[in-house]
Amino acid sequence: MQEHDMSWVRTEMVLAQPAPAGVTGFSAWVRKNLIASAGDTILTIAGIALVALILPQIINWAFINAVWTGPDRTVCATVAQGGVQPDGWTGACWAFVNAKFGQFMVGRYPIEERWRPILVAIFFVALLVPMLIPKVPRKGLNAILLFFVLPIVAFILLVGGMFGLPHVETSLWGGLLVTLSLSFVGIAVSLPLGIVLALGRRSKMPIIKTLCVVFIETVRGIPLITVLFFASVMLPLFLPEGVSFDKFLRALIGVSLFAAAYMAEVVRGGLQAIPKGQYEGADSLGLGYWQKMYFIVMPQALKLVIPGIVNTFIGMFKDTSLVIIISMFDLLGIVKQNFSDPNWATAQTARSGLIFAAFVFWLFCFGMSRYSMFTERRLDTGHKR
Amino acid sequence: MASQEVLREEPSRGSFINDPKVRGIFFQALVVVLLVAGVWWIAHNVIANLTRLHIASGFGFLKGRAGFDISESAIAYSSDSTYGRAILVGFLNTVIVAIVGIITATIIGFIVGIGRLSQNWLIRKICTVYVEVFRNIPPLLVIFFWYSGVLAVLPAPRDSINLPFGSFLNQRGFYFPRAVWGDGSWLIFVALLVGIGMAWFVARKARQRQMATGQQFPVLWTALALIVGLPLLAYALSGFPLTFDYPKQSTFNLTGGFQVRPEFLSLYLALSCYTAAFIAEIVRAGIRGVSKGQTEAAGALGLRPGSILRLVVVPQAMRIVIPPLTSQYLNLTKNSSLAIAIGYPDLTATAGTVLNQTGQAVEGVVIMMVIYLAISLLTSLVMNWFNAKMALVER
Repeated sequence: MQEHDMSWVRTEMVLAQPAPAGVTGFSAWVRKNLIASAGDTILTIAGIALVALILPQIINWAFINAVWTGPDRTVCATVAQGGVQPDGWTGACWAFVNAKFGQFMVGRYPIEERWRPILVAIFFVALLVPMLIPKVPRKGLNAILLFFVLPIVAFILLVGGMFGLPHVETSLWGGLLVTLSLSFVGIAVSLPLGIVLALGRRSKMPIIKTLCVVFIETVRGIPLITVLFFASVMLPLFLPEGVSFDKFLRALIGVSLFAAAYMAEVVRGGLQAIPKGQYEGADSLGLGYWQKMYFIVMPQALKLVIPGIVNTFIGMFKDTSLVIIISMFDLLGIVKQNFSDPNWATAQTARSGLIFAAFVFWLFCFGMSRYSMFTERRLDTGHKR
Repeated sequence: MASQEVLREEPSRGSFINDPKVRGIFFQALVVVLLVAGVWWIAHNVIANLTRLHIASGFGFLKGRAGFDISESAIAYSSDSTYGRAILVGFLNTVIVAIVGIITATIIGFIVGIGRLSQNWLIRKICTVYVEVFRNIPPLLVIFFWYSGVLAVLPAPRDSINLPFGSFLNQRGFYFPRAVWGDGSWLIFVALLVGIGMAWFVARKARQRQMATGQQFPVLWTALALIVGLPLLAYALSGFPLTFDYPKQSTFNLTGGFQVRPEFLSLYLALSCYTAAFIAEIVRAGIRGVSKGQTEAAGALGLRPGSILRLVVVPQAMRIVIPPLTSQYLNLTKNSSLAIAIGYPDLTATAGTVLNQTGQAVEGVVIMMVIYLAISLLTSLVMNWFNAKMALVER
């Protein structure tokens, strides 16, 4: 006997209905994000007012009224100031940046020798770009070339005095060349030094631990300017008579030591976040101290603190601008020095030069922070709690 | 028995060189020897260099006549004052700019940080642009921008920009009316102190009563009435002793009023703007660090959104925020040493001048380091105390 079955199973699905008009599209987005409530609407109006007040002025100044080329200050000065622009004119003087661009990049590096920094820059980019793209193979060789071979080649090329290259004093260096070389060396020195200091601070040997703590806390407690002062006025006193350091080298030592102390604290944070079981597991496998650190602890700890490391790099990159205090001319220093050039002294010069420098710094720092976010996502193994 | 004897025997530890303890002692001894040798070598060189340059070491130079002027000073100072006093003036200037900067940076930072979490798209984007711009350029550049890009191109004193409340802005700085306290104005300060004390007392009593009985008391309004009302009352009673000295325009300059120099103004604005971007990020991370369950649980208990924020989210976010906030305060204080680049006479600038004049490099740098370390330690102590107060009381 067949029992009649009343149950019914749908075999084909109903097509999905479009979402109600009220929750999709532009108007819904506006309603949700801009005018959700009365307070929200007031905020939006205030925000629009702010943007409407500032943005047209910025665009006008930076693009529409800007002067892009010109031989001297007259193109950027109003008639009353002895120039060609109508009275009341304000606009960026990009002509100033344009005329001084070479100086902003390499400082007072002799013009006939400028191919040398350019060549180094090409090498640097050619090695850095494949290093940064994860898919490109042979990372080990690339790293050796970038961190060991390039500095030697760059030193020979930039300083000269051998292989028939004329010697160029470091006091002639300037601009982006100084900024980049200071921060490159600073990064390359401060990371390993910071790791060693962090390990020292967590070491069980009391003397080593004390030394590391004192160094780290002292350096972190004083401003970089004081460290640079120290490097510029005290180092000569520390050395025997007749021996002297290059000023550039002194700044390098100051910046690297300073960054190393901050790096040590960042790395220590990572070391502390590694569970004890990892250390004990490595011990039980019979690994020695350095093997344990190299194979087990550091890969995990460093991965955890990538954002902190990159932040320290960014901080150091920005801090290189302080070498102006000990009269070296990095990008910011050379821009500032050129304000006093009577050929270009106008009301707009300082602003334009500084905004150009700010843009270059911003580009590097923003690039670094975005790349660190990318790396963080790439290395994320999903073990984070 | 024999087998036990064997067990009790020490296992072979291999070579004596591989014992971690021995190695530890050896390496530490090595470091100490190297350090002592290094310090001895440096000290030897320093002494040789100092005798060669005929510089007497020691801090006696602090009593010498400074002979240079300082444009801004919180205490009486002239070029006849001592080097020690010059350094003190610099120290006070550092403290002033640091305190004012910290307050402003905290206010801007909290506003921008909360703005980045706003429901409002436009506000969120504006705050993001602010943070991303200021975080990624050097503070020194911001200082120069305010100094030579903005303040230096303001009109001359003759064509000063008029601002509300009788203040003026021109290329020599910002002028505002100066308060002149007449006779009997001490009563106002006493009233203010009494008001604050009473407000604190009322708040404490109200909290105790709420804990005991659940009854609430309008603490905010009472406190406001006490803190504002009492001084006003004292002001009226003592016969309105407060007058203002307004800046007046003369042909070439402004006279009277209180002048804030462009050096201070640009340093203060730059440090505040720059540090605020970092504080904003810290605040944002702190608020996002409070788990969503907390907000939902508070909502389930029937709290209003405002109360949820005040009673549940902010106290927990503060615990995450305070430690990094402390280091930002320290950074601001340390960054105030950038003042030297625009000629604001802070500690680094005055100590640097003293150092150049006297040649006492070692002592000068030591003084700078000690003072900055002391400021850092003091700020850390205060913030650690505050942190301990705010910290979760764990059972």
